[in-house]
Amino acid sequence: MSPFDASPLSPSGGAHVRSVVDEFHGDLLEVSMGPHHPSTHGVFRMIVTLDGERIVKLKPVLGYLHRNHEKIGESTSYLGSMPYTDRLDYLNAMTNNWAYALAVERLGGLAVPERAEYLRVILAELSRLQNHVCLAGFLLQDTGASGTPLMYAFREREKILELFESLSGSRMMCNFQRFGGCRTDASSEWLGQVSSLVNGFGAFLDEFEELITGNEILMARTQGVGVMKGPAAVSAGITGPMLRACGVGYDIRKVDAYGIYPRFTFRVPIGSHGDTYDRYMIRILEMRESIGILQQALRDIPAGPIMDPKAKLRGFRPKPGESYGRIEGPKGEIGFYLISDGSANPYRYRVRPPSFVNLTLLEDLCLGHTIADSVVILGSIDIVLGEVDR
Amino acid sequence: MEPLEQICSRLLARFPGAEVSVLPNPGPAAQHSLLVGRASVREIAEFLRDDPLLRLDYCSNATGVDWPEKVIVDVTKVTTPDPAGGPPKVSEVKTERLQPGYLEVVYHLYSMELRHGPVVLRTRTVNRTDQASVPSLTPVWRSAEFQEREIFDLFGVVFEGHPDLRRILMWDGFKDHPMRRDYVEPEDYEWEPTPHGDLVEKAKRARPPVKGGEPVA
Repeated sequence: MSPFDASPLSPSGGAHVRSVVDEFHGDLLEVSMGPHHPSTHGVFRMIVTLDGERIVKLKPVLGYLHRNHEKIGESTSYLGSMPYTDRLDYLNAMTNNWAYALAVERLGGLAVPERAEYLRVILAELSRLQNHVCLAGFLLQDTGASGTPLMYAFREREKILELFESLSGSRMMCNFQRFGGCRTDASSEWLGQVSSLVNGFGAFLDEFEELITGNEILMARTQGVGVMKGPAAVSAGITGPMLRACGVGYDIRKVDAYGIYPRFTFRVPIGSHGDTYDRYMIRILEMRESIGILQQALRDIPAGPIMDPKAKLRGFRPKPGESYGRIEGPKGEIGFYLISDGSANPYRYRVRPPSFVNLTLLEDLCLGHTIADSVVILGSIDIVLGEVDR
Repeated sequence: MEPLEQICSRLLARFPGAEVSVLPNPGPAAQHSLLVGRASVREIAEFLRDDPLLRLDYCSNATGVDWPEKVIVDVTKVTTPDPAGGPPKVSEVKTERLQPGYLEVVYHLYSMELRHGPVVLRTRTVNRTDQASVPSLTPVWRSAEFQEREIFDLFGVVFEGHPDLRRILMWDGFKDHPMRRDYVEPEDYEWEPTPHGDLVEKAKRARPPVKGGEPVA
C-alpha cells in the first residue's frame, strides 16, 4: 500500500460507533469522538477503541481547521503576517505576536526600545493570566463542575480582555506587537487600571482555590489520571506547564532570557506527579508568579519611545538568512522559523505550535483510562485548534 | 555550548566517511546549521542526543523547506588579446547551469538538561520526485512524530522508519503536497463525486450533445 492511500483509520462510511474484533481483547468498540464534541474545545476528533469503558487505542484526527497558515505567510509581507498570527492561538494573540516579532527582529537584526520591552512583558503576563484562568475553568467544566468555576474564570478573563481592547482596539485579535517595538503606547491611566487588576487578582485566585482546589471530586477525577513521566515528556517535545508538571524545570523565560525577563525575580513552579491535578496546580501557581512579574514591571516601566527608529515596517526586506525565535507562551514553546531570500515576503514561514506538539503523547496518557477520563486529560493539555491545525 | 565547527569536526572524527558540513547563515541571526547526509543522519542524531557535552535531548522544531530546481547564470570574464596590439578585449560569457531541486528537512535541537541550543540540523533528499525520502528521526526524538507527519503531508518527504506515516492535516484522499513552491490550487477544493454527478454523466451518454453532426466529448 502506498503511504498516500487512504488509511484504515478513515471514517467507515460515516459510522460513529462500530464494533471491531481484536485478537487479544476480543470484541471492542470503536467510537469516533468529535469533531463536534463539547469536550474537544473546537473541531478535533479522537478515534477511541474501547474495551468496555477502558481505552485500548486512541488516534487523534486533526486538520479540520487547517487553512495552510504557513503558505499564506509565504505570500504575505512580513508585516502582513502579524495579524494572521493572532488567529493561531486565538486566546493568546499577544504572545503569538511577540514570538513572531522576535523571529523577525533576529532576522533583520533590529533592537527594541526599553519601554516596548516592558509593555511586551506586561501584555504577555496578562495573556498568561487569562489563558490559565480559562484553562482552569474549562478543565473544571470537563470534570463536571458545571458552570460556577467557568463563570468565575470568565469574569476575570473579561477584565483582562477589556484592558487589551482599550490598548489595542480588539479583545482577542490584538495585532499589537511590531518588529522593533509595539504599535500604540500605553497611557498612565491604562497602566493604573492594569495595576488595580493585578493587585486584585491574588484575591480572586484565593477565592477560586477556596472554591475548588481542595474539592474531593476534583481530586478523585484528576489525581493519578494521565500520568506523564519526565524523560518521555522531554523526548516528545512537551513544553510549558505540561512539562513542568512532571518535574522538568524548563522555562524559556529563564533559559533563553529573551526580552528583559532576567530583570524580574520569579520562580518556576514544578510538579512532582505529572498527573492531571499537577497540571491544574502548575497553572494556578504560574498565575501567582505572573502577578509578581506584573507588579515588578508596572513599578519599573520607564518612559520613552516604543518603536526602534531604524525599524521599517512596510516594505521590510531583510538580508538573506534565517532565524528561529521562540518564547514561553502560556501553552508552551511558541516559535517562528523564517527564511529570507532578500525579497519582501519570507521564503519560508514556519510556526512551531505548542499545542500541536503537546498532543503527541495524548494516546500514551489515555491508555488504560476510561473514556470519561480522556476528556479530562485532553482538557488538561490545553489545546487551541486554531494553532494545532494552522 | 561548543562552536558548531568543533561539533562538526568531532562528528567527522567519530563518523569517518559521513557527509557533515557547516552551512553558514549569512543573516544577523547567525544561527548556522549542520548539514548532514541522508546515510548517516540517524546515527549522528543519536550521537548528538547522547553525547555528554551536547545532550541535545529536545527536538523543538522539525520542518521542511522546498528548494525547486533553478537555473543559475554564471558570468565569467574572458580576456582576449587584441592581435593588432591594442588593449585586450574583455567580454562576458554567460553560462547557464541547472541546480537540481531537493527537499530539505530542518530540525532545531536544544538541550533541556544542559540548557543550551539551538543546533540546527538539516538533511536533504536526492530530488523532489522519486527519491524524496530521508530517514525518520522519530525513533530518536518522539517530538518529531507529528511534525514529520506534517512534513510528509505538506511537502511530500517520505520518512523511512517512521512508525505511523500518514497525512495529518490534509484529508486521507488528498493527492498533492500544498507547501511545495510549485503547488497549483485546484479550482474547487470541495468537489467530490455525488450521485447527482453520475446522473449527469448517464444523461450525457444517453443523449450525447450534438454539434455539427459529431458527438462532442
